Amino acid sequence: MSDVYNALIVGIGGQGVVLASNVLGEACLAEGRTVRCSETHGMAQRGGSVESHVRINGRYSPLIPPGQADLLISFELLEALRYRHYLKPEGTFVVNEYLVVPTSVYVQRLPVPQKDELLEQLRGDRFYLIDAQALAKEAGSPLTQNIVMVGAASTHLPLAITSLHEGIKRWVPAKTLEMNLKAFDLGRAATTR
Amino acid sequence: MSRRYVLGNEAIAHACLEAGVDFVSGYPGTPSSEIIETLLRFKPSFHVEWSVNEKVALENALGASWTGVRTLVTMKHVGLNVAADPLMTSAYTGVKGGCVIVSADDPFAHSSQNEQDSRCYAKFAKLPCLDPCSVQDAHDMLRDAFSLSEELGLPVLFRPTTRICHQKSDVELGEVATEHRKGSFQKNPQQFVVIPAHTRVLHRRLNEKQPLVKETLARRGYFNTDLKGKDAVIASGIAAAYAREILPPGTSFIRIGAYPIDERWLRDVITAHERVLVMEELDPMVEEAVRQVAGSTIVHGKLDGMVPSEGELSLPLTYRALTAAGFINATDVPLAPVPAQGVPVRPPIMCAGCMHRATFFAMKKVFKDGIYPSDIGCYTLGLQLGAVDTCICMGASITIGSGIYHAGETHPIVCTIGDSTFLHTGIPGLMNAVYNGASIVVVILDNRTTAMTGHQPHPATGSTALGGETPPVSLEAICRACGVQYVETVDPYDLPTLTAAFQRAAEYAGVRVIIARQPCVIIARRAGIQRQRYMVDPERCTACGLCVRFGCPAIETTDEITTITDLCSGCGVCAQICPQGAIMREART
Repeated sequence: MSDVYNALIVGIGGQGVVLASNVLGEACLAEGRTVRCSETHGMAQRGGSVESHVRINGRYSPLIPPGQADLLISFELLEALRYRHYLKPEGTFVVNEYLVVPTSVYVQRLPVPQKDELLEQLRGDRFYLIDAQALAKEAGSPLTQNIVMVGAASTHLPLAITSLHEGIKRWVPAKTLEMNLKAFDLGRAATTR
Repeated sequence: MSRRYVLGNEAIAHACLEAGVDFVSGYPGTPSSEIIETLLRFKPSFHVEWSVNEKVALENALGASWTGVRTLVTMKHVGLNVAADPLMTSAYTGVKGGCVIVSADDPFAHSSQNEQDSRCYAKFAKLPCLDPCSVQDAHDMLRDAFSLSEELGLPVLFRPTTRICHQKSDVELGEVATEHRKGSFQKNPQQFVVIPAHTRVLHRRLNEKQPLVKETLARRGYFNTDLKGKDAVIASGIAAAYAREILPPGTSFIRIGAYPIDERWLRDVITAHERVLVMEELDPMVEEAVRQVAGSTIVHGKLDGMVPSEGELSLPLTYRALTAAGFINATDVPLAPVPAQGVPVRPPIMCAGCMHRATFFAMKKVFKDGIYPSDIGCYTLGLQLGAVDTCICMGASITIGSGIYHAGETHPIVCTIGDSTFLHTGIPGLMNAVYNGASIVVVILDNRTTAMTGHQPHPATGSTALGGETPPVSLEAICRACGVQYVETVDPYDLPTLTAAFQRAAEYAGVRVIIARQPCVIIARRAGIQRQRYMVDPERCTACGLCVRFGCPAIETTDEITTITDLCSGCGVCAQICPQGAIMREART
């Protein structure tokens, strides 16, 4: 299974984590690769923590074991910390510079996590911080943040740009395609600069 | 044939279309709901329904099967408990058209109240059961399950788990069938009327059929072996995928894809090994069968503690079992880093603007010392607000509350139940509460949909699965017909009126029903309903924290400064809570 490339995408219900993983899965199909993916449905969608495991060239397990992710894409800072232990020591970490404090923190009056402290904990080798919100706005809609993140991670994925474009075409609404392709390019440029 | 990237449940649905299914029924339940949702996307020309509950769904499908058409019934594992009554005797009557019952299990109880194993029901009912280990496997098995059912004359139980249902993978799909059967019922009381004289004969025939069931499953290739050495891993379901991925070289692999297992075949493959490790999720079904035939072969699994008996399996747990059984060395196991500590949890919560939150707020305010039996749905998340004291199964809020009352409890008892759950199995409990003199308040949280499982319609919504219009059932009329004298309907966004309704209900004894009605915010948003958002006036806000404790995800507070984020749906309940009048509608821009 040494040819398996493990990409874990995490975030909050409603951020488009599943759609982002669909783009990767579809790109695998376009390249004739096998793929196994496991995603969160049901209860966890109500604003809860969401994870999507994509195993490019995978044939058996749909889940990535802790410590085995080649790539971890997080749409949010706390989720980045929650799932960091999935990353291989030499893995790539692409993180959205965006913090959503869980409501329970306010209700229970727990200490509110701060961006700077989180970033200090997260930073390391092969760590890429993306302002997906700003780039998505630049692309035309804040709803394209998930595709910005896919674009940012694309420089590290073993998938061709044309295949990823194919995946985007297949999964975003037709009238938003152009906007999403722009979001992808902006994200990609952010990690190649 | 085409290669597609699809969800397990989508592959299952597509397989049914390929097999030319003619009738589909089911009740939504995670992880099974997307099967019928997918079928509906194909705009089927045949009958597809969301039934009122799983028992109703299975009985409908049986009736259809007896006319010779191919039928599919879908539910989650606990739904099979509801459908258990017809299930058990359907094995006696058998079927004509292929009948496949999908019961999706949920190891680790990701979205369920227990971790029961549907395979046990198949054994209990003496029915064949299929247990897929991948999405492609699920597709291929289900496509062939209808002809298996017809060949044996028995319903077939199909048991995927969460990791099959909610796995996406590259899958080879076939062509959708275009021809459909038309049913015709041929009277045959000896088969379809299970009076004692008939059923005794039917039971004997079912028992006599069992060897044929085992032979047929073996002939159809549901037991696979890759024999290599003196050690073997024997696995089923998703556990087979984990085992295959990290199988040590030189170890035999045996995959069980169906039940019952032919004992003679099993004895031969097991006794050809010195040691076997059984990997399966939930109950030790395979392991018990293996132990019965093992002879001097050493068997490891759940029963000797090498494989966990609860939760779901994974690659790390498979490594651990292989190590414990001595099949690999501990040094062969990849190291797993530890998770970061102290990260605040992010559980699913009720949406901003959810009507349940407002209803719970008023309920707790009026019935401060109340006992709150609740039910299965989004509102079970009210546990986080201290508004849920019990939850056991669909429809059990009213019945548990009645029992608590009759036991002599003197605190007020306020039961909460959703609209779909009330129609599913809540009504008999309400009737019983009135009939047997319980004194309880029943709040029907009527958000006009089956929200938790993805917004399926039900009989009170006025539309069917296929999108047809239908006369909506009146919850008020049902309650009155059950004998409830006190029925009041309120808008939960109108907090003073809602609170007054609870206060009025508190003055009375007997069964009192309050129907809190407001469409689910997700549905309302999709329907294009837009309400002006709210904001906090920092001049008036005294940072008392009342709105924060309300628990709406749109309300944030940092350094005593409270703000309302763009998650706000404009329900306006927080503005009614604020004692300072500091929360107001945003000015239109």
